[in-house]
Amino acid sequence: MSTVSGEPITRRGAGRGAGEDVNGDVGGAADGDTGVGAAADRSAGVGGAADGDTGVGAAADGGAGVGAGIVGAGAVRTAGGVRTVSPARVMGAPRAWLRLLGSEVGLTFRRPRNIVMLAVLALVPVLIGIALRTFGGPGGGGGGTAIFEQVTGNGLFLTFVALSLLVQLLLPVSVAVVAGDSVAGEAGIGTLRYLLVAPAGRTRLLAVKYANVVVFCLAAVTVVALSSLLVGLMLFPAGPITLLSGGTISLLEGVLRIGLVVLYVTAGMAALAAVSMALSTLTEVAIGAVAGTVVLVIVAQVLGAFPQLSALQPYLLTSWWNGFDGVLRDPVATGEMGQGLLAFAAYVVVFGSVAWARFTSKDITC
Amino acid sequence: MSGMPGHTGGAVLTADEPSAAGTASAGDCSIVTRGLTKRFQGGQVAVNSLDLAVPRGSVFGFLGPNGSGKTTTIRMLLGLVAPTSGSWELLGTPMPAGVSGVLPRVGALVEGPAFYPYLSGEANLRRYDAAGPSADPRTAGMRIGLALERVGLAAAARKRYRAYSLGMRQRLAIAATLLGPRELLILDEPTNGLDPQGTREVRGLVKEIAAEGTTVFVSSHLLAEVEHMCSHVAVMRTGRLVAQGPIAEFRELRAGEAVRIRVESPDTAEAAAVLAALGLDEIRLGDAEVSAELGAEAPERICAALVADGVAVRGLAVQRPSLEDVFVGLTGKGFDVDG
Ligand SMILES: Nc1ncnc2c1ncn2[C@@H]1O[C@H](COP(=O)(O)OP(=O)(O)OP(=O)(O)O)[C@@H](O)[C@H]1O
Ligand SMILES: [Mg+2]
Repeated sequence: MSTVSGEPITRRGAGRGAGEDVNGDVGGAADGDTGVGAAADRSAGVGGAADGDTGVGAAADGGAGVGAGIVGAGAVRTAGGVRTVSPARVMGAPRAWLRLLGSEVGLTFRRPRNIVMLAVLALVPVLIGIALRTFGGPGGGGGGTAIFEQVTGNGLFLTFVALSLLVQLLLPVSVAVVAGDSVAGEAGIGTLRYLLVAPAGRTRLLAVKYANVVVFCLAAVTVVALSSLLVGLMLFPAGPITLLSGGTISLLEGVLRIGLVVLYVTAGMAALAAVSMALSTLTEVAIGAVAGTVVLVIVAQVLGAFPQLSALQPYLLTSWWNGFDGVLRDPVATGEMGQGLLAFAAYVVVFGSVAWARFTSKDITC
Repeated sequence: MSGMPGHTGGAVLTADEPSAAGTASAGDCSIVTRGLTKRFQGGQVAVNSLDLAVPRGSVFGFLGPNGSGKTTTIRMLLGLVAPTSGSWELLGTPMPAGVSGVLPRVGALVEGPAFYPYLSGEANLRRYDAAGPSADPRTAGMRIGLALERVGLAAAARKRYRAYSLGMRQRLAIAATLLGPRELLILDEPTNGLDPQGTREVRGLVKEIAAEGTTVFVSSHLLAEVEHMCSHVAVMRTGRLVAQGPIAEFRELRAGEAVRIRVESPDTAEAAAVLAALGLDEIRLGDAEVSAELGAEAPERICAALVADGVAVRGLAVQRPSLEDVFVGLTGKGFDVDG
């Protein structure tokens, strides 16, 4: 129909040279990525296929990382020959990961909603402490456990009481809010597309988001522990601790053992966070993922309450959250905690894979 | 003819012509797509065998009515949506394998701004800058400052995004595309929500960026805007490409159509008689105006003849068919939502 005017394009030059430079950088940066990206990639096809998608999203992550990484690791080919890559360039990848993690953590802890949740978590041990101080232990009708009765004798026990109470619902809910929101929330307000265009990399973004949620879990549990430690020491006597197994340990060792409990409970919450993030990749409505997680927690607790269903118990996340009594024995009884940690790890692996398979193959249409 | 090896989709292609994009050499193109197709769950085919060739250094207008598949195409180009079939290259790199290497050199605005409402404009840009794999954190502050300045938001940098007006949000989204040195900008309706001043600024900005050698791929349904800033144009209709090529070729397309002269006058009958006496065809009488095909006649001679005959001439204009007429022709029923 019309004639060809193969309009020559001449306005190039500088832009292109700069681009090649950037490329070299990326090669280095992508390098640190390969481990996760490459491994991830193979199963991406599987996840994608299961979804009825072409799995292009998944390939988008790993493929490039691997290809570029091979160049970046040793040398970058330039017009002038081969020049080696300085360690700083190769180090670029972990630094970029850390920067993104810093950004995530900053966002999480600057967000008013999350600050309020942490404040509430700090407040509850104060209320428990005051209640115990005023009315004594819940004793009476046989509900009082050994730990409860010990609080009035030693303030340190308030930490155990507060954690074993809050781990039932309040801690899981706050973790669900942050983890459930992590992907769906960004999809909902549209920031997810700009993060991916940056490009954050789907696998990298998901990994960093999970790391951020684990940081939040640790912060939430630590806030509860510190608050109850302070309140306990202020309202109740302090001193060497009489263990459940009979012996005593010093106050300092007691505090160290609280540290162990904090880590254990954090691991339990991190396992829940994996479930919540998997739900978060399935929806663009953050509140759906949060509510879904809370419902799952409650259902698990209800199931766990039926003695007839005791066969299910080992498979329920909720049955292991309270399993930290072992630190109050001498020597520390690691059996139950070890099994708990195994259960947590299994949940992280299973639900982490679900989240990853879904997220790397999903169409981002909002 | 189109389809010659080495040429980059230079000719205007229309639906009844074979596509040249498939044979375009990727080295000269910032964006090449081959048979790119997206069928959404539910069967909606949003983009249908798209063959685009966007020459390096061009300002490429991507036109189409609402729902014609512009945003879906852009999402596929950026790896946000997986195509059902077809392949594409950005900056000479096959995608989606090259996403992590190519996207740092691409700035993109996709379907409007999206930011964290509780962060300031500046903190929002810092967040997106941190997401990339290769941006240098030491220069982030400087780059963010420059980007904000370029879009005229420096004064509102510390204001929370929640408190931004629609136009400010759009400007911030444009700033986000300018955080680093880019070889390609993909802008989905960049002037959406901007005031006339802002629209003109964006146009100026696009020209400025293009002058630096960056390819700009800009989707729009505002023809005037595209006519003002683009060197190349592609037109979509219900997911299909109906034409693409240098804008000059589109102007040629309408060159065949009649140029008309329009006379504004209360004395329409007399004016029509004068035009007829001058031998003009296709005379149409309107309400206080008369128009005719200009043909080979010089407008100044018509004016003189009208005045000599005592016709009260209130206005005289030469009307060329607008690009809009060309596009409406190409997109059929005009710029309405199809399907
Ligand atoms: N996630 C989705 N699922 C199903 N159909 C979709 C989806 N996203 C878009 N579509 C459909 O694909 C078609 C193209 O949409 P697209 O957003 O690409 O149009 P557009 O050209 O950008 O329009 P506009 O000018 O209004 O922005 C539309 O018919 C739309 O309904
Ligand atoms: Mg659109």
